[in-house]
Amino acid sequence: MDILIYLIPIALTLGLVGLAGFLWTLKSNQYEDLEGAAHRILLDDEDEETNSEK
Amino acid sequence: MEAKAIPANQTSGCCEIKACKHCGAETTGGADFCCPGCETAHAAADTLEDRAAYSLLAHDNEDGSYTLSLGVEGIHCASCIRLIENALSSEPDVDLARVNMSTERLTVTWTGPRDRGDTLGAAVTKLGYKLHALNDNEDVSASKEKALLRAIAVAGFAAGNMMLISVGLWSTDGETMGMATRELFHWISALIALPTVVYAGQPFFQSAWAVLKERHTNMDVPISLAVTLACVMSISETLRQGEHVYFDSAVMLLFFLLIGRYLDARAKGKARESASKLLSRLMGVATVLEDGKVTQVPIKELKEGALVLVATGEAVAADGVVEKGSSAIDMSLITGETLPESVAIGSDVFAGTVNLSAPLQVRVSKASEKSLLSEIVKLMEVSEQGRAKYVRLADKAASLYTPVVHAMGALTFIGWWLLMSAPWQVSLLHAVTVLIITCPCALGLAVPVVQVLASGKLMQAGVLLKSGDALEKLTGIDTVVFDKTGTLTVGRPELQFTDASGESFKIAASMASHSRHPLAQALREAFGDQELLAIDVAEVPGHGLEAHFEGHTIRLGSRAWCGKETETGDAHLELWLAVDGDVKARFAFADILRDDAQAIVQALKARGLEVHLLSGDRHVVAKEIADAVSIEYVSAGVKPAEKVAYLNTLKEAGRSILMVGDGLNDAPALAAATVSMSPSTAMDITQNTADIVFQGEQLSPVLTAYDHAVFSTKLVKENFALAAIYNVIAIPAAVLGFVTPLVAAVAMSGSSLIVILNAFRLNLKKAS
Repeated sequence: MDILIYLIPIALTLGLVGLAGFLWTLKSNQYEDLEGAAHRILLDDEDEETNSEK
Repeated sequence: MEAKAIPANQTSGCCEIKACKHCGAETTGGADFCCPGCETAHAAADTLEDRAAYSLLAHDNEDGSYTLSLGVEGIHCASCIRLIENALSSEPDVDLARVNMSTERLTVTWTGPRDRGDTLGAAVTKLGYKLHALNDNEDVSASKEKALLRAIAVAGFAAGNMMLISVGLWSTDGETMGMATRELFHWISALIALPTVVYAGQPFFQSAWAVLKERHTNMDVPISLAVTLACVMSISETLRQGEHVYFDSAVMLLFFLLIGRYLDARAKGKARESASKLLSRLMGVATVLEDGKVTQVPIKELKEGALVLVATGEAVAADGVVEKGSSAIDMSLITGETLPESVAIGSDVFAGTVNLSAPLQVRVSKASEKSLLSEIVKLMEVSEQGRAKYVRLADKAASLYTPVVHAMGALTFIGWWLLMSAPWQVSLLHAVTVLIITCPCALGLAVPVVQVLASGKLMQAGVLLKSGDALEKLTGIDTVVFDKTGTLTVGRPELQFTDASGESFKIAASMASHSRHPLAQALREAFGDQELLAIDVAEVPGHGLEAHFEGHTIRLGSRAWCGKETETGDAHLELWLAVDGDVKARFAFADILRDDAQAIVQALKARGLEVHLLSGDRHVVAKEIADAVSIEYVSAGVKPAEKVAYLNTLKEAGRSILMVGDGLNDAPALAAATVSMSPSTAMDITQNTADIVFQGEQLSPVLTAYDHAVFSTKLVKENFALAAIYNVIAIPAAVLGFVTPLVAAVAMSGSSLIVILNAFRLNLKKAS
C-alpha cells in the first residue's frame, strides 16, 4: 500500500490543476459571451489581433 | 471620425460578385446584403442621429483612462461584432473595444479626454447600431452567479477526489484495509472536505444566518445544520477512530445543492437583465437649451422649467408642454394605441413617447421622477407588492419540512438516550445521521431542474420565462384576460380596402414611403415591391403629407384636410388622397387579428378557462374584435387604473388571472394579475412587468406556455412525492441506526438522480 503515498498526491494535484484551470477561465471572462465566441470564430485573424483581450 | 468605408458593389468578369453594402462581406445570389442584420443596420444608419453625451456615464479608471459600457441594439452576426470593434479600435486612443453578443453590450476603454466618449458613441451609431445607457446593477447579479460557479467548481473537485478515497473505505473494513490506512484516508478526506465546506458552503450559511437573525427559517437552515453537524461529527469520529465519517456526504450534498442554487440564480438573473433595460429609458441624457446654449444633461437631473430639444426620432425626456414646433408623437408607450397623436404649441407631451415628424422644444413641467412614466411605474410597483404574497411551492415544502426533520432528529436522540438507555454519544450520532440523511438534496433540485428544462423547452417555442414562479402560478389560473391592440391583434394597421386606381395608388404609396406614420407605412407595404415615383414630400404635422408633382398639389392625409366633409361612419382608420383639393381615393385600414387568435381562445375555453377582453379602445371596435374571436366578457374604454380595478374585482371574486397585454397602459394590470404575459413587440416596460414574454406573430405561445406549466408543475409535485418517499424509507433506517456512510452516500445521490431523471420526462412531451 506504500504506493498510496505517491498516488494520492498525484491524483489530488491533477484535480487541483483542473480546478485552477477552470477558475482561471472563469476569471478571464471566457464564459461571458458564449454566443459571441461562436461567431468570432468566423472573423479573420488580422481583425482578431486588433481587438484581442487585455 | 469616420465610419468604416463601405465598399461599392464590385462586378468582375462574367459572374457578378456583390459585396454586402454594410459590412463588405461577399453575398450570395447577388443580394445587396449578406444577412438581414446588415440590412436593418444599414437602413437604420441613415435615420439615426446621435448627439447624446454618453461620456457623462463613463467610469474613471485608476490609470486615467475611461471605460464606458453601453447597450447595443441590433447585433445579429459576426460582421456586426467586427464592424463595431474595428471602427472603435482603429482609433489610436482606444485601448479596448469589446462587444458582448449574449448580453448585447459594448465596452470601450480609451485614454484621453472624457468627451471622447461622445464621438466614439456617435461612431457606432453611424454604423446603424442604436446605443442605450445601462444600469449598473447588472454587474452585481453577474458577480453573484460567478461566485456560485466558483463554489460549484470547488465542491465538484472535492467531491470527485473524495469519491476516490471513499470507494476504498466503503468496500473494505478495518480488517482488510488496516486501521492505519483507514485513518489516513479519513484524515485526507477531512483535509479536502473542511476547506471545501467552509468555502462552498457560504451561500447556504449566509442565507441561513440571515433568516435566523430575523427569527425565521428556510431551507438553508437544515442544510447548513446538516453540513456543519456532519463535519463536526466526522472530525470527532476520525479522532476516536470510529466508523461514522460523513465527509463525503457533506461535500456531495453541497455539490448537488449548489447546482440547484446556480440554476435558480440563472433563471432570476435573466429576469433582472430585462429589468435594467427598462430603467435605462430614464437614464439617458437630454439636450437642454439654456441661455441660447445647448448642453447635455442626464435625464435624472432635469429640473422643472428647463427647455429641452427633442429631435425627430428621439424620445421625449420628461413630461412637459410644447413651446415651439409641431409634430406627431408616438404615444403608444402611454396609451397602447399605435396611431400617433399630433401636437402643437401648448400641447402636453409625456416622457418616453417618441417624436416622429419634426423637432420640438419642450418646457419641462415635471421632473423625471414625477413624470407620467414614473407614475405608471409606481402604480406597477404597488400592484406588484400585492403579488409578493404568493408562496412558492418549494417554500411551502420547506416550511413543512424543516420542523418535521428537526423534531425527528430530537426524538431520535431522546428515544435512544432515554428509552434505549444508549450512551449519549451514540444517541447523538444517530440523531445527527437522521439530519444528514434527510437533508433536502432532492428537494433542492426538484424545482430548479424542472424549471430549467421547461424554460429551455419553451425558449425553443419562442416563450421566455422571466420569473421563476411563472410556471407555477400559470398552473393555477382560471381566467385569461386579453388586451386588444397588439395582443389579440397584431398591433399595426393593414390596408383593408381602397377605391384607388392604379395610378393614384402608386402616387399615394410613393408619398407614403417618406413618412414614418404607421398608416403611411401600412400603405407603402400594401403596395408591395413595385417601383415608386420620385416625389418630394413635405410632412404637415397633424394633417398628413403634401407634395407638388407634375404641376399638381397632392395631399395624402386626414379626411378634413383633404377636403372631404361627410363621414363614412365605420370603425376603420383612413387616409385620403386629394389632387388639387379634389378627393381621389380613400384608403381604409384596420388592425387585423392574429391568425390563430380565435383558435387559441377556443382552446383556452376548452381547458375550462374563462376568457375576458379588456381594451382602452372604443367600445364598437372592442366589441367587433370580441365577436370575431367569441369572447363574451368585454370591457372597453378603460384607463390603466380601471384595468387594475377590473382585475382586482375579479380577484376578489376568488379568481386567479392570467393577463396578456402589450401597452404601457397594460403594465399596471399585468402587475396586478396573478401571472402575466406580453408579446416581444411590447414596450420594454411592459415586457419587464410581464412574467412571460413570447415571440412571433401568433398567439399560440399562450397555450403552449399554459400546457407546459401544467405539466411541469405536475413533475415538480411528483418530485416532491419522490423526495417524500425517499425520506419515508431513509428516516426509519437512520432512526434505528442502520445507516452507514455508504448507505448515506448511495441514498442521497440516488434520490437526487431519480428527481433529475423524472424532470427529464419533460423533454419527452411533444410541444402542443
